[in-house]
Amino acid sequence: MNDRTAFEQIEPELLERITARPESLGKAASVLAGVASIPLALGVLSQAVFGEGLPDQIVDVLNFALTLEHIEDDFYRAAMSHSGLIPDSDKKVFETISKHESAHVKVLMGVLGSKAAAAPNVDPTAGGMFADVFSNYQTFLALSETFEDTGVRAYKGQAGNLMSSPKLLTAALRIHSVEARHACEVRRIRGDKGWIGGSSRGTLPAAAQATYDGEDNCMQGGVDLSKLPGVTSAAASEAFDEPLSKDQVLAIVKPFLRS
Amino acid sequence: MEEAAKLPDSLDSSDRRSFLKMSAGAAAAFGLTSLSFGSGQASAMGGDATMGVDLGSGDEGILNYAYALEQLEAAFYTQAVSTPYANMAAGEMQMLSDIRDHEIVHREFFKAALGSKAIAGLTPNFGKVKFNDRESVLKTAEAFENLGVSAYNGAGKLLKNGDYLLIAGKIVSVEARHAAAIGDLLKPRTDAFAPGALDGAKNPDAVLKAAGPFVMTKIMASSLPKSNGEDEK
Repeated sequence: MNDRTAFEQIEPELLERITARPESLGKAASVLAGVASIPLALGVLSQAVFGEGLPDQIVDVLNFALTLEHIEDDFYRAAMSHSGLIPDSDKKVFETISKHESAHVKVLMGVLGSKAAAAPNVDPTAGGMFADVFSNYQTFLALSETFEDTGVRAYKGQAGNLMSSPKLLTAALRIHSVEARHACEVRRIRGDKGWIGGSSRGTLPAAAQATYDGEDNCMQGGVDLSKLPGVTSAAASEAFDEPLSKDQVLAIVKPFLRS
Repeated sequence: MEEAAKLPDSLDSSDRRSFLKMSAGAAAAFGLTSLSFGSGQASAMGGDATMGVDLGSGDEGILNYAYALEQLEAAFYTQAVSTPYANMAAGEMQMLSDIRDHEIVHREFFKAALGSKAIAGLTPNFGKVKFNDRESVLKTAEAFENLGVSAYNGAGKLLKNGDYLLIAGKIVSVEARHAAAIGDLLKPRTDAFAPGALDGAKNPDAVLKAAGPFVMTKIMASSLPKSNGEDEK
């Protein structure tokens, strides 16, 4: 497989260095080591042209993911630069998320190489709909939760399209679950549960509903979860997150992209 | 009803081990299997829990592998909730109960989806967990959740059927939400909810080795699909 040749060169050493992993965690030092070595790792990447051998379908999936990561990365970096927006008690959380989104952008750009799509022109206010996104912490949190829960569904929807490349599938899964961690944390900061109940957007504004539509699905692989022994319908819905198609995701994020 | 929960703390691990073996047999004989045996039936299909279980091969093997992990998680939270640590805050009880319910859904889903191919109920071994101690419970929970996330992330590439991959994806993000919530309970508003930009991805051998101390039943995984790449820890 073409993509394997390209990706072999950066696996495992590169991803190992770009990322800090829970197994190797326990120690803050290894996290710091992982983060500090990103520029070094990227130095290696930038000299290589990795995207050339990738099949078009995979390039499309990765560029779709890259666009979403750019939106998140821009959003959090802007938020971090607005002093007074994020209370000190939550700073560490958003520093962490921001760092992760930047790393995701770098990983995807590194894999795509010359095939990486141009960074989009991001408008976190969505044409003025969320004009106070960087002055009102609640607006910021609401958008953050929506972006994260959307991101989880977006990656999930693309996993099947990466099956021809086990390494890229694995890389995408490793990002996907981190987006879910982000989503949980932001939901909890907003006072919601970390998991999605039914298709409820909770206390988010109506504009966020498309991110939660369909999350109430309880039919999985032909099994009706709500009929299983000892299972409540609330738990059945919470226990499985649902995917979104590329078109559904693009419709959700469209207001945040300047054409 | 839950034999393991009644064990005195003074039992050392080897005593506890043999006691659990006995009590598992006794529990099965009397049908007292609610702690860990699937939905309550110690099915003979797929092997006898006291003799060990073979996960099998192909996608079914991977689903049985997930079923095994979900059984352990469900049993762990069932006990954590039924014998809560001292002064467990209402919010923590709610969270652990929610997670227990999710793990039960996952367990029952795999059992139903696998049907006659499902392995038998496993006998957990939580002898090292101090269920009366918040730190011990939450750290074990965190370890289980992080292990579960890296197990699903590592198993994705081993699945041949895209429908199963999607289902694994639907579950792993919920496990990741659990991991984040537990991490945040242990170290609120730090980076404990998401310790790395990329989560782990472990092969079944590594996962089963890590889970080994928590299960009495021998789990045979030699027929599982093999990855042709390295374990991305």
